[in-house]
Amino acid sequence: MDFQVVVLAGGTSKNLIPLVSKDVPKALLPVANRPVLSYVLELLEASNLKDLILVVEGQDAALQIGSWVSGAYADRLHVEVATVSDDAGTAGGLRAVAHHLTASDILVVSGDLLCDVPPGAIAAAHRRQDATMTALLCVPPVSGPSESGSAGGKDKAKKPGPQNIIGLDSSKQFLLFVASGAEVEKDVRIQRSILRAAGQMEIRADLMDAHLYAFNRTVLLEVLNEKPTFQSIKLDVVPYLVRSQLKSEALSSGEPLKEEGWNENGTTQNNQSYISEQHVISTHGFLQQRLFGSNGLIGAPKMRKCCAYIAPKHKYCARLNSIQAFSDINRDVIGEAIHLTGYSLSSHNNIIHPTAELGTKTTVGPHCMLGEGSQLGDKCSVKRSAIGRHCRIGSSVKIINSVVMNHVTIEDGCLIQSSVVCSNVHLQERVILKDCQVGAGYVVSAGSQHKADSLARKEKA
Amino acid sequence: MDARRVSRMVIDPKVRQVGFVTPGASSEPMKHIIESSSMASSSSELTPSGNSLSPVMIPPPRHAIPVPVPSPLRRPSIGDNMPLGSYNPSDSLLGASPTISPSSRNDDDNPYSGIPSVDLSDEFSPRWIDRTNSGTISNTKADDFGHKLPQLASSFPFSSNLTAVSMVKMPLPRRGAGEVETNHSMSSKPLKEKTSKAERRALQEAQRAAKAASKETGGDKQAVAFGEGANPNAKQAKSAKPPPQKKDGAPGASSGATSEKKGVDRPPEKERKKDVPAPRMQFDDTQRVEKAKRRALVKPTETMNRVELFRHLPQYVHGAQLPALESKFFEVDQMHPHPAVYRVGLQYLTGDISGGNARCVAMLMAFQEAIKDYTIPLEKVLIRDLTAKINSYVSFLITCRPLSISMGNAIKFLKARIAKLSVTLSESEAKAALQSDISRFINEKIVLADKVIVRHAVTKIRDGDVLLTYGSSCVVEMILCYAHELGKQFRVVVVDSRPKLEGQALLRRLLAKGLSCTYIHINAISYIMHEVTRVFLGASSVLSNGTVYSRVGTACVAMVAHAFHVPVLICCEAYKFHERVQLDSICSNELGDPDALSKVHGRKDLNHLENWANNEKLQLLNLTYDATPSDYVSMIVTDYGMVPPTSVPVIVREYLREHLLI
Repeated sequence: MDFQVVVLAGGTSKNLIPLVSKDVPKALLPVANRPVLSYVLELLEASNLKDLILVVEGQDAALQIGSWVSGAYADRLHVEVATVSDDAGTAGGLRAVAHHLTASDILVVSGDLLCDVPPGAIAAAHRRQDATMTALLCVPPVSGPSESGSAGGKDKAKKPGPQNIIGLDSSKQFLLFVASGAEVEKDVRIQRSILRAAGQMEIRADLMDAHLYAFNRTVLLEVLNEKPTFQSIKLDVVPYLVRSQLKSEALSSGEPLKEEGWNENGTTQNNQSYISEQHVISTHGFLQQRLFGSNGLIGAPKMRKCCAYIAPKHKYCARLNSIQAFSDINRDVIGEAIHLTGYSLSSHNNIIHPTAELGTKTTVGPHCMLGEGSQLGDKCSVKRSAIGRHCRIGSSVKIINSVVMNHVTIEDGCLIQSSVVCSNVHLQERVILKDCQVGAGYVVSAGSQHKADSLARKEKA
Repeated sequence: MDARRVSRMVIDPKVRQVGFVTPGASSEPMKHIIESSSMASSSSELTPSGNSLSPVMIPPPRHAIPVPVPSPLRRPSIGDNMPLGSYNPSDSLLGASPTISPSSRNDDDNPYSGIPSVDLSDEFSPRWIDRTNSGTISNTKADDFGHKLPQLASSFPFSSNLTAVSMVKMPLPRRGAGEVETNHSMSSKPLKEKTSKAERRALQEAQRAAKAASKETGGDKQAVAFGEGANPNAKQAKSAKPPPQKKDGAPGASSGATSEKKGVDRPPEKERKKDVPAPRMQFDDTQRVEKAKRRALVKPTETMNRVELFRHLPQYVHGAQLPALESKFFEVDQMHPHPAVYRVGLQYLTGDISGGNARCVAMLMAFQEAIKDYTIPLEKVLIRDLTAKINSYVSFLITCRPLSISMGNAIKFLKARIAKLSVTLSESEAKAALQSDISRFINEKIVLADKVIVRHAVTKIRDGDVLLTYGSSCVVEMILCYAHELGKQFRVVVVDSRPKLEGQALLRRLLAKGLSCTYIHINAISYIMHEVTRVFLGASSVLSNGTVYSRVGTACVAMVAHAFHVPVLICCEAYKFHERVQLDSICSNELGDPDALSKVHGRKDLNHLENWANNEKLQLLNLTYDATPSDYVSMIVTDYGMVPPTSVPVIVREYLREHLLI
């Protein structure tokens, strides 16, 4: 259908230290014992998108990801890996592959996306509206099932991340305004011209930008060329396109609209008040037809329409962009979003690899996953956790609400709660971890207790 | 003879026809037989001498017959003759079935000779004659008639009697096969004999020559149909036959002869299909619906509560199709249409594009793009392959939304252009030609036509007029705007209706231009009508009986206007005209989304129809079109001028053929 796909796999994200390291770039972080990138690739494969361009930040990461992809998807996908420098940003990544882009529309997907919204839906919406840009918006998953378990309360305490403010037209098809949470201070400034054209705008703060975009190639490349300072797609390119959607029309119709006519549009409410409620700012003006007039014949003025595709509520959609998100996603994927993995749950609602060995009186609760060749000693208890491959776990170990990666050794009597334990970690006897992240290869000495800590080896650079 | 007469009474119409056909055939059986034997030699000479079309010999009788009996006035006299002519068939009835004596069989032959001549009687259109002609062609096998007659019976009202004739034959095949063969040869002779009436001979020969010449030109087609056509045709014939005839088919025919017969039989069959428009898909026919589903890219899901009267229309849940299409967006499928077509389909589905002209233009432009990107696959011919492609695109578009008549006309035009492409053109030339054809169609038939219509219609607007329009027709909007630009002083009443409320968009645009408007809903139409001086309406199509097929509600507006003696002007481009005749809006219509009826915008408290689909006793009907009888239409403004509705067939006849040829 004349689409090209660019997957932005990122490099070693700062947000995810200590989970990521030189050896494990962000794209290869395991989610339910599979690299997170595999979910995106399989989503694309399911939609029959087999020619991909993979953009990776950093040489090492590129090598690792490239070798993993070539191993795992040898005959299934045709992937080209492009390497960019660490600080190129997402827009920089696109710039680097710009000369490879030939199709009329480009689908840009973030490598850390887990969702089951078919990319075809976004592409179809994009084509239907003949849009310049279409973004997938979704309602972020409610983190953590509310359970009476000991760990349940922890999640609730977490604050929702910074909210994006998104303005939509009344048909919920057009993006009129975008501001990411970080930029939003007390005021939200909205262009008067856009309001006038749209007549009505719905401001929502309960939507998440899933970083799945469809772009018109020519416009995208034009913007990337014209604005060499743009770093991020989300923070720079998308807002720019949304802001300038009327501009092109104004130029073509010959009546210059004041594009920079910013106006403080009396909405000085606090961010928090937006959450989960929607305000209709202005209901006047019915010049909608100008922006959305498709009633007439087809030769409507060329306009850079920015559209949004809002994922249906029942679809799962999440991004792995923080440590909190990492544990949430792991839990969700083993639990309610299990269909993403393609595994089927056993009768106990969990997934235990046939080669895993369990000691006597060891219980593995629902929503758990045990990887290949892992061994558990006696009287262990595992709840809502994912345990990777070839882990050796001693007796009387409790693992609750945690992620344990591959080749981890856990000795007797440890308690691990709401934590992430990376590969090759060695936990000695009677270690107690709560809300901790343990970096790869770290050794936790016997009997130590850590709470809300980040443990990692000093990088020997 | 008495017995015969009685039997004649029983099968009266048949007898009459037979008598009619063979007026001078035989007053006495003896004479008849003698003649037949004498003619046998001559006919046998003729048969081999002819080419594969040797059966052409038989046509003469048909043509000849109308000649002696040109006017219906003569019928009564034929009736007088009837006892004579009727002799044979009645004999066959009595003689053949109870006794199997050879003598009776001789008489049997006569009914055969009579049967084809029945077909030939002047009551039948030339087309039918053609058909039977080719049927009788080869050896005039008994089962030829068996195949033919039931088909006739099913397709032609008069022939209901003819089925009875074919029943008579039934006993025949039960005899030994060999006997049947002889029978056939016999049967052909008397047939020839009748045709050979001395005074008609010369005339027949002349006609035959003309016929042969004309067939020669169509010969290629027949040859093509020959090979591949035989089988399907055989099937067709079988299925058409009532069960008893099946029996006679099997033993009777020798293979070579049948294949020839079938091959020859084919082309007229084809012609018939061309002439009679293919029946529209009836969606209460489960078998065909299943079949269509298998072919479709998107599996349509059907609504629960169908309205009984409208079961034959496509009824799909509107919400379910879009996600299905979306999820298949990237799948490479043979059925998958070109991206441009796909986009247009999606736009139809979501209602982004609506209105006859916009939809038609969007479709044509998508086809234009598709043709631009088209390359001829290896070992294929552009004409055939591209037609197939276009067909698949069209069926995709139909799954998104049923085609409008205007789109049907445009597609017909495009296909005609493809078919007419000369074989010598190179690929790029052919593509360029098609693209320019399409843009010419858009320009001439839609854009220019609109301009002409506006010019015409504006002359009907005078200062002080109050114009009423319904819904949102783009031509009417152009007219109003143009009249406003000319400085005419008038007022506009925009009538609207739920659930689409298309009038609001029109109203907004008119107000933006500075026209003074009144906005009402259709239920207030009778109150406003007395101050209206003209009604301007758009149309989706105008049918050849003058019926205007348009957005639902148009008929109501036109009727009220008629009652108030307000002239109703329909503005419609001529490419939307169609030769079809439609008397009501039931047989062909489009169903909208029933959910649109249950929701009232801005009134969340009006939720009495929530979950209406769960109530078996409730059915919602959201019709999209209705048919306005021509009585209510004062004038139709088209690109060929302002015409009364009675002149539509003239335009269809005189101009639409030509527009296919542009």
